[in-house]
Parts: sequence; C-alpha cells; structure tokens
Amino acid sequence: MTTATPTRAGAAGPDRRLPALGGFAPGALRIELRRVLRNRRTLAFTLIMPGVFFLIFGLPQGGQSLDNGRPVTAYVMISLAVYAAMVATTSVGGAVATERALGWSRQLRLTPLRPAAYVATKLITAMSLGLLAVVVEFLVGAVAGVRVPAYVWLLSGLAAWLGSLVFAAFGLFIGYLAPAENVMQIIGPVLAVLAMFGGLFVPVEVLPDVLQQVAKFTPVYGMGVLARAPLTGDGVSLAAVANLVVWALLFGVGAARLFRRDTARV
Amino acid sequence: MTSTHPAVELDGLTKSFGAVTAVDGLSLRVQPGEVVAFLGPNGAGKTTTIDMLLGLSRPDTGTVRVLGGTPDDAVARGRVAAVLQTGGLLKDLTVGETVRMTAYFYRHTRPAAEVLERAGITDIADRVVGRCSGGQQQRLRFALALLPDPDLMVLDEPTTGMDVEGRRDFWQALRRDARRGRTVIFATHYLDEADAYADRIVLVRQGRIVADGTTAEIKNLAAGRTVRATLPGADQAALAALPGVDAVEVRGDSVLVRTGDSDAIARHLLTRTAARDVEITSRNLEDAFLALTTAQTGA
Repeated sequence: MTTATPTRAGAAGPDRRLPALGGFAPGALRIELRRVLRNRRTLAFTLIMPGVFFLIFGLPQGGQSLDNGRPVTAYVMISLAVYAAMVATTSVGGAVATERALGWSRQLRLTPLRPAAYVATKLITAMSLGLLAVVVEFLVGAVAGVRVPAYVWLLSGLAAWLGSLVFAAFGLFIGYLAPAENVMQIIGPVLAVLAMFGGLFVPVEVLPDVLQQVAKFTPVYGMGVLARAPLTGDGVSLAAVANLVVWALLFGVGAARLFRRDTARV
Repeated sequence: MTSTHPAVELDGLTKSFGAVTAVDGLSLRVQPGEVVAFLGPNGAGKTTTIDMLLGLSRPDTGTVRVLGGTPDDAVARGRVAAVLQTGGLLKDLTVGETVRMTAYFYRHTRPAAEVLERAGITDIADRVVGRCSGGQQQRLRFALALLPDPDLMVLDEPTTGMDVEGRRDFWQALRRDARRGRTVIFATHYLDEADAYADRIVLVRQGRIVADGTTAEIKNLAAGRTVRATLPGADQAALAALPGVDAVEVRGDSVLVRTGDSDAIARHLLTRTAARDVEITSRNLEDAFLALTTAQTGA
C-alpha cells in the first residue's frame, strides 16, 4: 500500500544516505589544521623551539666538517628536524587524550563520523604539522647558511617526515591510553629523553658505552640514523631499519588496540 | 521516507553497573510526533536509558529500535540527534567552526547559518567555545543537533546547571524549532519543564516506569483529593464503583480513596458505612511526583 503519509518537511525530506568515507571530509580537515596552527603552545614547541635550538647549538659549529666533508651544521639541522617532526606528530596524536577528556569523542558518536575517519583526520593533521616542522627547520638552516646537495635536503627531509609517522602512532597510543587535558606536558619531557637517546641533541657516539647500547633499542634511534644517512653517507644498518619498523609496529598496534577498546560499546 | 514505525521502541531494557541496577526492565514506545518528557529524580536511570537509546551503550538485556532500525544506523543517517548534559565541545574552536565542522560529517545538513539562527547563537558565531557560558554552549549543542534535521531529537537534562534565564532561553529556542512531526524526548528532573513542554510524561524511578500518560493524565494523578478513613473490612470493590473515584487502597483498617469529588465520598463513608476518623487531603503535582518517584524504604 502506498498511501501518501504527510511528511513533515514537505515532499522530499532530508537526504538520509550515509556519508561517503565514513564522514571523512577535507572541509573538516581544514578546520582541524587551522585549529592546530592556532595553538600557540604547539607552534612554540614544534616550529619555534627547534629552530632556536639550531641557532644556539648548531650555528656555533659552523665551519666544522663531518668525516665526509659535509658541514656539521647540516647534521644538527637534520637531527633537530627529526625532533621537530616527532614533537609535532606526537602532539596531534596526543590531542586525542584531550578530546576524550573533554567528551568530544562522545559528541562525535552522535554524528555519522566513523572512528576510523576520525583517526585518519588525526593522522593527516599530524603528518601535515610534521611536514611543516621539517620544512621550517630546514628553512632556518638554509637561511643560516647550511649548504648540502639537493638530494640530501630531499631524502633527509622525507626520512625525517615519514619517520615521524611512528610518533603520530605513539601520540594516538598515549591519547587512547589516558584521557587527560594536559597530556603533552607529561609527554614533552619523555620525548626529550627519547630524542637524547636517538642522537638528536648530541651524537649517540658521545654517550657512555652502556647508554650507546641502550640507545639502539629506543624508538628515535632508527629514524635518526635513517634521516642522517643521506648526509653522512654511512650505510643504513639493518639494526636501524629494524628499530624503526619494530617501534612503528608496537605503537601502531598498541594504538589500534586501545582505539578499539575505546570505541567498543559498553 | 517517513515510515509508520514508532519513533522509539524500548523493550525490556535492563542495564547494571556492578551491583547497581540502573535500568530494570524498562519498556517504552513513542510514536512519531510525540513530545515526551522523561521525568525522574537523579539516579532514576534516565541517562542510562538515553545512552542505550542512542547506541552509546548496550543493554544487558532487551532491545532498542529507533525509527524502525538500530540506534547506530539512525545516528549515521542523521535521523536522530541528541543534546547531552555536559562536555563534548572543543574549547579552542569557535561556535561557527564547531557547527561547520560537524556539518561536514553528514551527507546533508541544514545550512550552518540557519541552525545558528534557530538556536539563537548567530551573534556569538565567532566566539571561542571556551569563552561561552554554559547556556550558550548548550544552545551550541542544540544547534549541532539541528544540523541533520532529525526525525527524533533526544535531550538529556538539557538545562542542568543553567540559571533561570539560561533555561528560559534554551526552551524558547527549542520551542521556536518545534514544528509538526519532529519527535522529541527529553529527560529532566524539573517538573515545570515536563509540564510546560511535553505532551506526554513518563515518570521513572529506580530504572522502571512508574507512570506514563499525557500531561493531563499525569496531572490527574495529582489532581483531586484523597479521603482517608478508618473502616475495618472495607469493601474495596464497592468503593471503587462509586462515581468520581479514581483509586481505592486498603491498608489494614484504613482505606484511602483518591477522587475528584471528596465531598460525595466523605458523605457516603459517613452515612452508609461504619467509617470514622475521616480525613480529606489535597494533592498537587509535586506530591504525585514525589510519591511516584521517591524510593520506598522498608517493605
């Protein structure tokens, strides 16, 4: 029977189809990016501080060379670019903790946005900020006189940027581990220690022998080695690649598991 | 297509948290277009029921159907939207950004400018959410709920924590929006809100529905008077058959008659029966609410 029941909004009624891509939308991503770029704390720690570090710790070493003749300043710049990218991606991933604490995740459950689309937005935002962090650090270096072949800029930059995906996963992992509004205040110092072990502030070789051995198993070590490899010309050791892959898997799987726990209906 | 399914069908819902039974065998059917108040004291199980209704949590037993389908599907299609009690907003977005961002999650929404207008927050669209008052944030949540033009709007204690003016503004916004056909379910512990905005009131206590009727019917529970008398061996059926009697209760030697015509009942009791110690008390909605929703202690 097809009796015309009077509908409330006239003949057509609203479009009730499901959104494409689980609600993932470039428009929402744009607002998310703008939001991140408005956050002064994030900008200070990801864009300004690493640049200032370079001016303080890198620039005074101008004129010194690595074994292969490349400038030490480039070594410092690339290391700090890795640091800037990892802080950037961690802070975006870790923002999930804030949003869970505020109840925004719960609010999102009242919309068609699928959790996977939410995480995809976070990852893209994290990687965008990570890319910006690398570019800004390289710009500071270039303006301050760092000169290396184009392939070093490109490959080291790509390695620093892509390696920071590990820390986007780390951020999400922490974000889903504990809902807290001030999560970055806790993670910040942790990241600094990890960066230390990863040879981002001083070469791992200057650490005491025992710490050097420990350092090889910490999560920043692999991406540090990979990012500097185009500059130093050192071969990429299997250990460094394994380090990166294992930590990527650990944080990725950890984040995925916590994410599933979080989105399960109770 | 607007279907003939009930807007909400809750059947035998139970939900426990540890040793606490929050919802205890609750069944409810709401037809399209009804405006229903879910009225009860704090801890009655209103929020737990609403969470299950929205698919935010799963019942231990029982089933939930929203507009003929699952809650998740109704949410994903924008057929149901909700305003929850607190939290749930990003402090560093502006009001307008929050609305526009949420709109992107749907296939189709009303224009952002329109929902801001209907929620009465057009003038603060550029304000950062963290600097909005509780009432303004609640109207923002309301604007978000209006985006998909939902068939069913659910509000969980939407005016909690607001001052009198905030409450009034919020309900005015809701009223402005009230148009034919949208089903509205709101939880509240404010009697006057239920009275003023609902055409059906469901009273809940300890996870169960203790009364359900039109606002007029619920008011009738309170209207009239109660005649109490000492009358050993009262004939309950005979008293109940008298004109104007709503209910008769026998407690030991006492008989309580709820009625719209207390004079006639008192006259009957004093002239036709051996009743003595006749008392007549009036009840108001507040009394009815308290009587129906207050936990009984002891046996």
